[in-house]
Amino acid sequence: MFGWTGRVLRVNLGEKTWKIEPIRSEDARLFIGARGLGTKYYIDEVDPTVDPLSPENKLIFATGPLTGTLTTSSGRYDVITKGPLTGTIAASNSGGFWGPELKYAGFDMVILEGKAKAPVYIYIYNDMIEIRDARHLWGKDVHSVTDSLLTETDSEAKVACIGPAGENLVKFACIMNEKDRAAGRSGVGAVMGSKNLKAIVVRGTKGIKVADRDAVFQSVAAARKKLKEHPVTSGGLPTFGTNVLVGIINSAGALPTRNFREAIFEGADKVSAETYNEKNLIKNKGCMGCPIGCGRVAKSNGIYVGQGEGPEYESTWSFGPDCGIDDIDAIVKANFICNELGMDTITLGSTIACAMELYEMGVLTENETGYDLHFGNVNAMVKLTEDTAYRRGFGDELAEGSWRLAEKWGHPELSMTVKKQEMPAYDPRALQGMGLEYATSNRGGCHVRGYLTSPEVLGAPEKIDPEDNETKPVWLKAFQDLTAALDSAGMCLFTTFALGAADIAPQLAAVTGVDYTEESFMQAGDRIWNLERLFNMKAGLSKSDDTLPPRLLKDPIPNGPMKGRVNRLDSMLPQYYSLRGWNEEGIPTEEKLIELGLASYL
Amino acid sequence: MEKVLLISPDRCIGCGSCEVACSLAQEGECRPSLARIKVFRFELGIHVPMTCLQCENAPCASVCKTGALEQDQETGIINIHSEKCIGCRMCVVACPFGNISYNREGKSAFKCTQCDGDPQCALFCPTEALQYVPAEKDNLEKKRAYAAKFAAIVEEVEA
Repeated sequence: MFGWTGRVLRVNLGEKTWKIEPIRSEDARLFIGARGLGTKYYIDEVDPTVDPLSPENKLIFATGPLTGTLTTSSGRYDVITKGPLTGTIAASNSGGFWGPELKYAGFDMVILEGKAKAPVYIYIYNDMIEIRDARHLWGKDVHSVTDSLLTETDSEAKVACIGPAGENLVKFACIMNEKDRAAGRSGVGAVMGSKNLKAIVVRGTKGIKVADRDAVFQSVAAARKKLKEHPVTSGGLPTFGTNVLVGIINSAGALPTRNFREAIFEGADKVSAETYNEKNLIKNKGCMGCPIGCGRVAKSNGIYVGQGEGPEYESTWSFGPDCGIDDIDAIVKANFICNELGMDTITLGSTIACAMELYEMGVLTENETGYDLHFGNVNAMVKLTEDTAYRRGFGDELAEGSWRLAEKWGHPELSMTVKKQEMPAYDPRALQGMGLEYATSNRGGCHVRGYLTSPEVLGAPEKIDPEDNETKPVWLKAFQDLTAALDSAGMCLFTTFALGAADIAPQLAAVTGVDYTEESFMQAGDRIWNLERLFNMKAGLSKSDDTLPPRLLKDPIPNGPMKGRVNRLDSMLPQYYSLRGWNEEGIPTEEKLIELGLASYL
Repeated sequence: MEKVLLISPDRCIGCGSCEVACSLAQEGECRPSLARIKVFRFELGIHVPMTCLQCENAPCASVCKTGALEQDQETGIINIHSEKCIGCRMCVVACPFGNISYNREGKSAFKCTQCDGDPQCALFCPTEALQYVPAEKDNLEKKRAYAAKFAAIVEEVEA
């Protein structure tokens, strides 16, 4: 095979056994790889009603056919499982170098089954597979465990691991690779922790074959030229990273502030990309084969001194404006702590914000929280970040996410979540399309399932009216399908500011030798989207879960340029279902499933 | 005209595009382990691409007993005649920089020979950390950057 290595590593942790299987090539063609193919394998093997943290659940690390090749920004892999935070399908995507290294070792996917009796890690060096004792590593943070493992194995190896948060089954624990890249959302790290698996260390020296070398060079050079010419991928992202959005989204009146009570933040300048670049940025860093290079090596200063990478815009937002905090060093520090202890920044920041609102309402007091939790309390935010990973004190409640926290204290409406996962940094009352995106995302509140902020605010590929409802279902379906296919190919979402299916399909065809066209590539995305939807339906979700918190549907934005707006989800959802080929209950029709080759799931 | 591969580590973002482009051009597959260039990634975001510098009186060529390594007098590039390589790996030992390696599968030493005048690493480097430039220009950029500091001071004094 070309692009795909053609092999899958299956490890049973309980029995400490492993085997190498040939990949199911027809499924690979239809579901591409990574998010799509991993989900296909997962659904075919796991009962959708499984308890995510039980040994019966499986955890799949999956690369795409483009991962590790010359194609644009293709350092990605996905972790597929059922998310303990959401109870939905979880496909968490990460960049860096771990995914490519797995390909160089000769594997497209690693499927993990069962639960180890005591902590272990897996060491893969090409065809040498070892399941090793990790008791001496349990409890260690991500940075120190990575250093230890590189010393124990091979200095050139790549490490994907969990921190204390994953071990402690924090519902939104991440899996981290190369220390600071995260398969961040939905709690995939808790699933890894529940299996007593601390890390997967990979070293590979093999090659990835391509079908048509000249066509690869040609299509990649053409796509790279477009990335270089587009202002977002050649200017905004390399210069400012994703933090460039702080100013842009605030000006658009769409920056959720103090748990989405407001939509502009008075301290935005203090947490902007310009401020961060001046005070915190050390240097840019690129993932494998990426000409954009938006990664940030950074430091934090003063009493919050530290060093690491990031934060991304959504993390800056969650610990910053959403908590009413304008101290950039504290925000950067909280992000570093999350990387070191292995937690999702979006969910944690938003959960702290929810607790702050409960505190200001008097529902929570210092007796429960241990801290003065008024919005803007910088010290409490940083301290609680660490407490959460270790489930210390009130951190134990935060470790369950905002939905469980708010429900426990009688105010589920204050959890800014969809399907129990926290929405990131774009107010759906100001950006109508983002509301539909959040409501219909297969893994709950999430911005990277169909990033309509791109056309609604940034004007890529063209500017559309953020207040319009009519056109949004069409835009969203296209973005969701493109993103699903792109994730599955192993390419980074950020390329899509400059590239469309017409630029990506030729790269995929050149690498794999499968004649992917713009149309068949987009249809693969549609297929993957529907497969994820089917899983969620079988896991017990329904139309009633395709919604937004009541605040966003009923309470108008109180200030800023979008004052007075609410999200009009009802005026978009029926048309969206119909475009998707779903019935009024949001269930894929028989006709649609046959069209996509998913008839076996009827 | 003699050209050189100019490396500017300060611009490198560590993406490794050079390694993949190199191996695809030279080996026909995406395989950094057989690339003729390698990026070393350090803490604090420092990244250093390492590849053959095409030395004069190169230790690798000097130590080669069979003539498998030979410097082209016109371009200055040290070429490999793989059919003459006996796999003694003395060149690997001799290179002070570690910029020549041995391929056990291909049974030959391998090193950068600048893709016959069109180095793919430089072509696919997104930040111009690798540039293929006329030999005379190899230090001009550094000089210019330093001169700019003087220029700024002169400007300040005159103002």
